[in-house]
Amino acid sequence: MSRRVAGIDVGGTFTDLLLQDADGTVRIAKVPTTSANQADGVLAAIEAAGGDPAALDLIIHGTTATTNAVLERKLAKVGLITTAGFRDVLELGRRTRPHPYGLTGSFEPLVPRELRREVVERMDARGNVLTPLDEAAVEREVRALLEAGCEALVIHFLHAYANPVHEQRAGEIARMIWPNPYVTLGHELLSEFREYERGTTASVNAAVQPVLDRYLHRLQAKLAEAGHRRDLLVMNGNGGTVPARLVAKEAAKTVMSGPASGVMAAAATLAQSGLSNAITYDMGGTSTDVALIAGGVPEVSAELSIAYGLPIHLPMVDVRTVGAGGGSIAGLDRAGMLRVGPESAGSMPGPICYGRGGTRPTITDANLVLGRLDPERLLAVKDPVPMARIRDAFAREIGDPLGLSVEQAAEAAIRLANVHMTGAIRMVSLSRGHDPRDFVLFAFGGAGPLHAVALAREIGIPEVLVPARPGLTNALGCLVADLRQDLVNTLNRGLDDIPEEEIATTLSAQRERGLTTVLAERGEVEEAVVLHSAEMQFRGQTHLIRVALPRPDVSRAEVQAAFEAAYFARFRIRMPEIRAVLVNLNTSVIGKRRPFSLAGLLPPGDGDALVGERAVYADGAWHQAKVWQRERLAPGARIAGPAILQQADATTVLEPGSEAVVDSIGNLRIRVRA
Amino acid sequence: MSEPDALTLAVIQAGLQQVCNEMDIAFSRSAFSPVIAEADDRSDGIYGAEDGALIAQGELGLPVFVGTMAHSAAHLVRLIREGRVAKPEAGDIYIVNDPYLGGTHLMDVRFARPVFVEGPGGSSLFCWLQNTGHWPDIGGMVPGGFSAHATEVEQEGLRLPPVKLFKRGELDTEILAIIQSNIRVAEQRIGDIKAQAAALLVGEQRLREMLDRYGAATLNAAIVGIRARAAERMRAEIRRIPDGVYRSEAFVDSDGVVNQPLRIALAITKRGDRLTFDLSGSSPPCQGPMNSVWATTCSAIYLGVKHVFPYVPINAGTFEPLEVIRPEGTFLDARYPRPVSGCAAEVSQRIAEAVFLALAQAIPDELWAAPAGTSGNFALGGFDPARNAGYVMYQITGGGYGGNAGEDGLTNGCSTIGISKTAPVEVMEQYYPVLFRRFAIHEGSGGAGRRRGGFGVHYEVELLRGEAKASFVMDHGRFGPPGVLGGLPGAPNVVRLHRDGGTTVPEHLSKDQGLRLKAGDRVEVMTPGGGGYGDPGTRERALVARDVARGYYTRDQAERLFGPFA
Repeated sequence: MSRRVAGIDVGGTFTDLLLQDADGTVRIAKVPTTSANQADGVLAAIEAAGGDPAALDLIIHGTTATTNAVLERKLAKVGLITTAGFRDVLELGRRTRPHPYGLTGSFEPLVPRELRREVVERMDARGNVLTPLDEAAVEREVRALLEAGCEALVIHFLHAYANPVHEQRAGEIARMIWPNPYVTLGHELLSEFREYERGTTASVNAAVQPVLDRYLHRLQAKLAEAGHRRDLLVMNGNGGTVPARLVAKEAAKTVMSGPASGVMAAAATLAQSGLSNAITYDMGGTSTDVALIAGGVPEVSAELSIAYGLPIHLPMVDVRTVGAGGGSIAGLDRAGMLRVGPESAGSMPGPICYGRGGTRPTITDANLVLGRLDPERLLAVKDPVPMARIRDAFAREIGDPLGLSVEQAAEAAIRLANVHMTGAIRMVSLSRGHDPRDFVLFAFGGAGPLHAVALAREIGIPEVLVPARPGLTNALGCLVADLRQDLVNTLNRGLDDIPEEEIATTLSAQRERGLTTVLAERGEVEEAVVLHSAEMQFRGQTHLIRVALPRPDVSRAEVQAAFEAAYFARFRIRMPEIRAVLVNLNTSVIGKRRPFSLAGLLPPGDGDALVGERAVYADGAWHQAKVWQRERLAPGARIAGPAILQQADATTVLEPGSEAVVDSIGNLRIRVRA
Repeated sequence: MSEPDALTLAVIQAGLQQVCNEMDIAFSRSAFSPVIAEADDRSDGIYGAEDGALIAQGELGLPVFVGTMAHSAAHLVRLIREGRVAKPEAGDIYIVNDPYLGGTHLMDVRFARPVFVEGPGGSSLFCWLQNTGHWPDIGGMVPGGFSAHATEVEQEGLRLPPVKLFKRGELDTEILAIIQSNIRVAEQRIGDIKAQAAALLVGEQRLREMLDRYGAATLNAAIVGIRARAAERMRAEIRRIPDGVYRSEAFVDSDGVVNQPLRIALAITKRGDRLTFDLSGSSPPCQGPMNSVWATTCSAIYLGVKHVFPYVPINAGTFEPLEVIRPEGTFLDARYPRPVSGCAAEVSQRIAEAVFLALAQAIPDELWAAPAGTSGNFALGGFDPARNAGYVMYQITGGGYGGNAGEDGLTNGCSTIGISKTAPVEVMEQYYPVLFRRFAIHEGSGGAGRRRGGFGVHYEVELLRGEAKASFVMDHGRFGPPGVLGGLPGAPNVVRLHRDGGTTVPEHLSKDQGLRLKAGDRVEVMTPGGGGYGDPGTRERALVARDVARGYYTRDQAERLFGPFA
């Protein structure tokens, strides 16, 4: 069936687009993100690709509107109504500090204290009503918050996950008074125990709802002006999409959607390449995102935080951010010890090569010194790169004090940065019991392919995969993403105490709710897939292990066996002495869209790809490396390192001893020297 | 062997750190006790074969263990050399919790595993891997081990000298049986023991990869170089402090037995690139459990300094420029059989507080006023008739941090010596027959200052069923955490018991044990606020008005503390 579909991802710096035409050909665009109104950039991207909004059958959109709103605290004014005695839960948190050492740092809750109001009501942990809801107080406090200028409202009661009737009743009262739909009930978004995390998640939702709603209205109005009047699909942090008209209700789910779409693109690419295990590695200017895909499925976590004190406990693709990127600063500490990071030049002033006033050498600068990056082809830089100043900085800060040449200093900086990144990658992925030899390193983002081969060698991963369009991976994630609904219910009881019917009833009800939402998009969905899982622990533990369940009517023995197997796989310990606890039951309903063939991402290469040679410094010596234009490589082409593969959106460095092969869908498959 | 080049040095330092971090993660992720798994009350590290000196320690470990584990390793090495403990073989793991052998309190149990390398002359000991985990019970007169009334260490629980719990990889079930017969909720301990041992195995596997890659000689040379750099780094920090003698004092409310304050008197002498810490004017040993053993006293000073200079990496070199004079004859150098259960959680925080208050005079721009500095231990042990089972509930709390040059103090910050989170109210109410009536900000508790202190917590919990006994080990009940540079102290800790329509306060204010409760009785706790930084009269008026609008202070309070505002 011939359809025109566009995946559009708005990132911090660039807005990326992949447009699939009716005949299957793909067009791309990369335009600057318009931070004042992201919608302008979206329209500009469609235009840059020569697309016509009116002719598009579907737009799938990833936005950082909510992420930025939270990080920059440009949020809606939110009021909170909560159980008497507990209005400070959101401010007190769980007794932490921002850093293990040093007693500094501060935290402001999303809802200031004067907008947190209490009403008399109380449930116990089993969901029995101890004190009935004071309905008059609810009405009074809702009016007071409206009077105080609140735009969104959160109702968050203790133990509402066990019995939501008070939240529901308070919600009814509030919705009669509240002038807009921005009323979030804590249990509706997340029916899980832990009052701080659930309340914070609800507050994030309320605080970004109006922001997201306004943005999507602006965008849809612009698209309508240009003739596109269909509903959008919007990317969520769980790696699935939701129709735009529904997304604002659970707006918190979009907060970490950017990194998730990159991982979904990786999963789709792996599937079409016949692979199933990867560590995804997306290195940018200030940070690096890492995720694990095992058995073709991205790991999911419901315990991520967007910033200090702001946990968002919704199921999301488990992407971990490491504070190291191209802007990490290299130098010597007060004792003459070589260091890279944790300081970063960020984007202002940025690396020296940006010419924005940076004076301290960074990893990006080191890549230029070593010939790994071409100073003529830097995406974010307009002026000529001041190579002399960069070399001076490496000599001054590292080379002269240590008696190293400029090149040796730059190579040392990159080697140490790679070691730090290796450690961080191990912590978030392999320390969970996986063997690196079973994985490929899936490298994307502007800087991922620059470092991937060296990193893989350091970690012990035998193969690197650089996809066809490493700089457009998030937009690809939009294009390939399915619709998705995740549902969670807390039981938190010993497995032996839970009747098998209760497990079946809970999972079946979740299934029905998810299917109703997903199948409403019949036009887009080819098939609905339902996945059930349980989150479990041994009695007395606090960490949860996620266990897949084959169907709702599972026996307790099956659940127990699956849990024990998962536990052993992770920790190599068996615990026959101790009882298992079933904490949460989960269902994900995935509405599968038509598959998108990745083979069209790069035009078929004409084979005339060799564009020159340049000197690249590696392993302590200059090598003459061939430079190849990636897009022109034909499938089956083999390139031996040292070599540089350049393309519009990224540069791949093949270290000496490594070898790349272009596979049938345009991926670079790089065998790493052991 | 000569020192490896700068890159190799940095790479090996990062690699050793990584080994420790992975041990930390492995321990927490597979541990059973929430105190380890959730609260991260544990630490993992690598120690020298010859002297037990610290080579590297996990960045995610509990700060109070930063100095104790090297002491413990040094004692183990000495005892083996003296023939008083059996020689190590591959696969062995020693267990020890003796406070006087480089420990803290009895609940902190250390495991040590030797790592051997093969050389031309046969197999030789390369280093020790060691970790400490806080066990939720170790026997003794009260569940959990925090007795407020103990007068000798035997009352505090089971004390283990270094013995091999694992022999050539096999768990010694006879020693395990002795341990399990002496502690409460014993059946769950096997989970923690397996996790604690497994973490050391993870460490050994990772360390072997480094040994294979670099060889023992290069690693050893790098360890020497890394240590020298850490020492130099610390010296560079110290040089920035003006020469002089800086004195401070801090007070522990009481020892739990004799109701009078214990004084910590600290004089820090800064000369050139050295800091000397003299505690010799402190109170004599006390009857109750607020004595500190030497290892913990040292560690408290180290962690205080590490808080001030957070970027200095941790190894034996880090602390070379710090000289701590052993405070013989004081309660900060406890000898057998003095009870010590309060040293890790409370006394260590008072020592760190004295370090902060002294250094605040020297480098005020980099310091803060005193933090709440108490772990807020509240234990409730009883029998739940509805479940027909006994239980022990622990509630820990944070308090306000002191204001600093740039910011107000953090509210409900973690204890200075810890990094552990508290359990949610919804979890406590699921597991125990209690109902929280409130969990709120301790209003008015932040010490006034140009930058005010953060606020403590105010909670109130009711016993729903059966009978129970309450115990408390907290501090700062007598005096609030002091302010600096003209800032006022934060509010002190308050404990109240509401029983039979009446309200009482424990005689020792912040410490007591075995207080009987029945259904309907309530315990109310208000934890300290942090001290203020700078003259309260110079605080921006808009911030005073904002704090009043938020109900942090009443209008009257604010006028009295900060002076008139619009």
